[in-house]
Amino acid sequence: MKKSRPGVLLPFLALPLLCSAADPSGKIGGRVSVLGVWGGQELDVFNDMVKPFEQRTGVKVEFEGTRDLDAVLTTRVEAGNPPDLALLPNPGKMAELARQGKLVDLNGVIDVAKMKQAYAKSWLELGSVDGKLVGIFPKASLKGLVWYVPKNLKAAGITVPKSWDDLMAQSQALAKKGVAPWAIGIESGAASGWVGTDWLENIFLKTYGPTKYVAWYEGKLPWTSPEVKSVWQAWGRIVNDPKMAYGGSAYVLSTNFGQAFTPLFENPPQAYFHFQATFIQSFIQKQYPNLKPGADFDFFALPPEKPEFAKAAEIAGDLMGMFKKTPQSAALIEYMTSAEAQAYWVKAANGISPNRKVALGDYPDPLSRGAAQILTAADITVFDASDMMPSKMGTAFFSAVVNFISNPDQLDHILADLESVRKDAYAAK
Amino acid sequence: MTASAAAVHTGAVAVRGALRTTVHLVLVVVSLLWLTPTLGLFISSLRPAGLVTTTGWWRAFSTPFRFTLENYAHVLVQANMGRSFVNSLVVAIPATVMPILVAAFAAYAFAWMRFPGRNALFLVVVGLLVVPLQVTLIPVLRMFNAAHLTGTFAAVWIAHTAYGLPFAIYLLRSFIEGLPGEMMESASLDGASHAQIFFRLVLPTSVPAIASLAIFQFMWVWNDLLVALIYLGGTPRVAPMTVTISNLVNSYGGGWQYLTAAAFISMLLPLVVFFALQRYFVRGILTGSVKG
Amino acid sequence: MELATLLWGLVAVVGVPLLLCGYVAATEKLLGLAPARRRNALRPWLWLAPGFVPLAVFLIYPALHTLLLSFLNATSTRFVGVANYAYIFSTRSMLTVLRNNILWLVVFTGVTVVLGLIIAVLTDRVGYEWVVKATIFVPMAISFVAAGVIWKFMYQYQPAGTAQVGTVNAALSALSSSFKPQAWLFNKAENNWALIAVGVWMWTGFAMVILSAALKGIDESLFEAARIEGANEIQIFFRIILPLMKPTVIVVTTTLVISVLKIFDIVYVMTNGSLDTDVIANQMYKEMFNYQNFGRASAIATLLLLAIVPVMALNIKRFGRRGATP
Repeated sequence: MKKSRPGVLLPFLALPLLCSAADPSGKIGGRVSVLGVWGGQELDVFNDMVKPFEQRTGVKVEFEGTRDLDAVLTTRVEAGNPPDLALLPNPGKMAELARQGKLVDLNGVIDVAKMKQAYAKSWLELGSVDGKLVGIFPKASLKGLVWYVPKNLKAAGITVPKSWDDLMAQSQALAKKGVAPWAIGIESGAASGWVGTDWLENIFLKTYGPTKYVAWYEGKLPWTSPEVKSVWQAWGRIVNDPKMAYGGSAYVLSTNFGQAFTPLFENPPQAYFHFQATFIQSFIQKQYPNLKPGADFDFFALPPEKPEFAKAAEIAGDLMGMFKKTPQSAALIEYMTSAEAQAYWVKAANGISPNRKVALGDYPDPLSRGAAQILTAADITVFDASDMMPSKMGTAFFSAVVNFISNPDQLDHILADLESVRKDAYAAK
Repeated sequence: MTASAAAVHTGAVAVRGALRTTVHLVLVVVSLLWLTPTLGLFISSLRPAGLVTTTGWWRAFSTPFRFTLENYAHVLVQANMGRSFVNSLVVAIPATVMPILVAAFAAYAFAWMRFPGRNALFLVVVGLLVVPLQVTLIPVLRMFNAAHLTGTFAAVWIAHTAYGLPFAIYLLRSFIEGLPGEMMESASLDGASHAQIFFRLVLPTSVPAIASLAIFQFMWVWNDLLVALIYLGGTPRVAPMTVTISNLVNSYGGGWQYLTAAAFISMLLPLVVFFALQRYFVRGILTGSVKG
Repeated sequence: MELATLLWGLVAVVGVPLLLCGYVAATEKLLGLAPARRRNALRPWLWLAPGFVPLAVFLIYPALHTLLLSFLNATSTRFVGVANYAYIFSTRSMLTVLRNNILWLVVFTGVTVVLGLIIAVLTDRVGYEWVVKATIFVPMAISFVAAGVIWKFMYQYQPAGTAQVGTVNAALSALSSSFKPQAWLFNKAENNWALIAVGVWMWTGFAMVILSAALKGIDESLFEAARIEGANEIQIFFRIILPLMKPTVIVVTTTLVISVLKIFDIVYVMTNGSLDTDVIANQMYKEMFNYQNFGRASAIATLLLLAIVPVMALNIKRFGRRGATP
């Protein structure tokens, strides 16, 4: 046997080197670390989503999941080893981090022109702090929807209300018949109360409009002002009336938001309306897999107090920012903004995409499609106010909701407490 | 036995009988109280999630009998469960062995060596029990980053050792101090050095205390989430079981039913450790060592 | 690679003990070089060093660092004196928080230690000892997250008249027809007790295991002698067992008292301090990680560190006794 001639192989060994030096296919290799709250099915979807990205670029995506995002992110940022990319708890926190100089300006990183085409202006504004784009929204949800079971409403002789007064009148009529019209549950572990904040925000938006709404979450409107107080009182007429809210305050406080809709689906129904964002759909479908979205359950937008605010929509979404600029993290965050990536969430019924280029056909059912259309067609969109407030204010807002349900007669006291937190929370550190 | 003595004897027997019944009653009641939540969780882990939220677990025994292994199956087939089990072992075992040995040396010094400031220093050690974990995270992570130890197993071993030392030193010192002084004195009179006394006398007779300590330290490290997540990381390569389990739940709390099954899967090893080390809690090892 | 990980673990498990023993052997050799009278003075420090270095780095330094931060502002860039402390004491909720911590301190510790002691003593007398012990111990082996899931279901509330899903409500309804289901975690009169009950359930096993280990070390011949003299079981318990176990009871109690000052997980997972259940450590967590106000967070932590001073004062006498061989 002739000995093999290693020399023959040498030119072939050089090929990979030649390839990576000026690789038109985009393979950059390396790794990127991502920190986020996604777990369970969300994490499965994310892993599926990044597979094509990993194959195309050769970048290994290392995801670290924690439900304790605040603690882990704060610790790592302060100690100097932040993740490359991270989900941010809310725009309020994003603004704080950006002002500390911890977030990378995405202007030099992603194709902003391309983003401007695919996203409505408000999404880019929401992700910007002091003119710099620092956050992008991988997925979103629509808030302020009232869910109902069409055949139950029909049987009770109710039509979809067009105004707030109409809604209240219908609710009271139902209450007189002996059935609680509303099913509400605000328990949510460490964040209990956010359901109530969604209520109050939407009532506020539909009564006083977006300008006052923005002033409110920017800390310019006192909590003790008549506008804010009237909104709490309006909600109080529903949630604090045991004839209006199923199970009374004990049920409202102790029922997890993901379970609170069950009275609607009992036979005979124990409640008729449930106020919740788009993501409750996957909860309903998990609990009642045989129900058809749209036919067996549907939603209408919370009717306005003032008709000019009828088309106003409150949105919320997951937010992602960059802490370390590397070729890998830049490539991944660009990918996360693309319609291709966001379609994964959409197809898995895991959220609505703010990217207009995601095909409506990707949405698995008429309900989510309808929500997506509202999102993209809404003329007034504002973000979830409690997410926009500084963390301290947002947390106080959640607790205030819990306290309000527990002690409804203490409203002035609760608002005064919120007011003192406002003075502290918005002050420059 | 005289008649009155017999009466007293019978009375005493009756009292002892009543006492025995009380003992049994108390133990049974307490055991049932303690068992109920665990049993409830176990039954819930065998039921479909929808049933768990709408009917109490005791209803599982009436029709319809709907049990399922789906929760366990889901947890076990998780892509990373095998590797995170190994990671958990690699984190927990050294993090149990290290603090025990280090604490034993220190405890012996506190108990049987004289030096200035001994009591003050011991007070400081016990006082350190109060330092909340959260205040140490940022300073320690900074140090690990500077030393390039972040993301290594060595980082968690050292961290868990340090966090476990105050309790370990406190418990072992109290125990070693209770060993009979004559045993020590006679050994030292025989010319044994402190090291010899430590390895040949103190360590063997401290086995019950070391066993208790091992049970708790192992369990605390095995169930720890935050320390591992921050110093070691949560990536699939190094994540311990606690991290992988926490990732079974999504950000809305969905998937909680898998936590019920995961709790029992994760509980198995600490229970095995508990039963394995229980045999060191047998009377006789220390006969005569604790006296008035 | 799993294999590499396992190997590293093996290295640590075998290597570190070997290292420590080698260290002690080496120090003995070194001490041999020192003059005889200095030997005994130096040895304790050498034996303490492997423990003290980690303690100093991981606990003492952060504690001192925290003390320093408590006098600085939120981003630790400016000195603000006692402003953080003033803020803490001026908030209305602080009184409730302090009350809650004291409640935990007294009720949780008291019940856990007493129960642990009773069970340790009683199980010693029965044949099915290990069954009972395992039952009481199992809650300790469950992680906090899982415990949170269990107890949320235990305390679940359904309106009166509907089928109860929560075990506690269901059991009490079955026992008494006039019982109204309670929202245990969301009712200000009940929620703290509900949380403390969870704590007791989890930690009694801790007290039991340690007290049982101490109990087993008591010479049985002492009991026999007492029985021959006519003492009954109750007298034996109070006059022989309890005094002999006093040191261990003090260790367990002190450990629990100090540890419960920083109680956090149970409250965080179950209510996050809402409706008057908040505790000091949870407030510190919020200030540090949610609001990122390191000045205030450090001030709260420092107050926690200072809270142990009374505990230590009570224990000083005890630590001072007992002789030692030179």
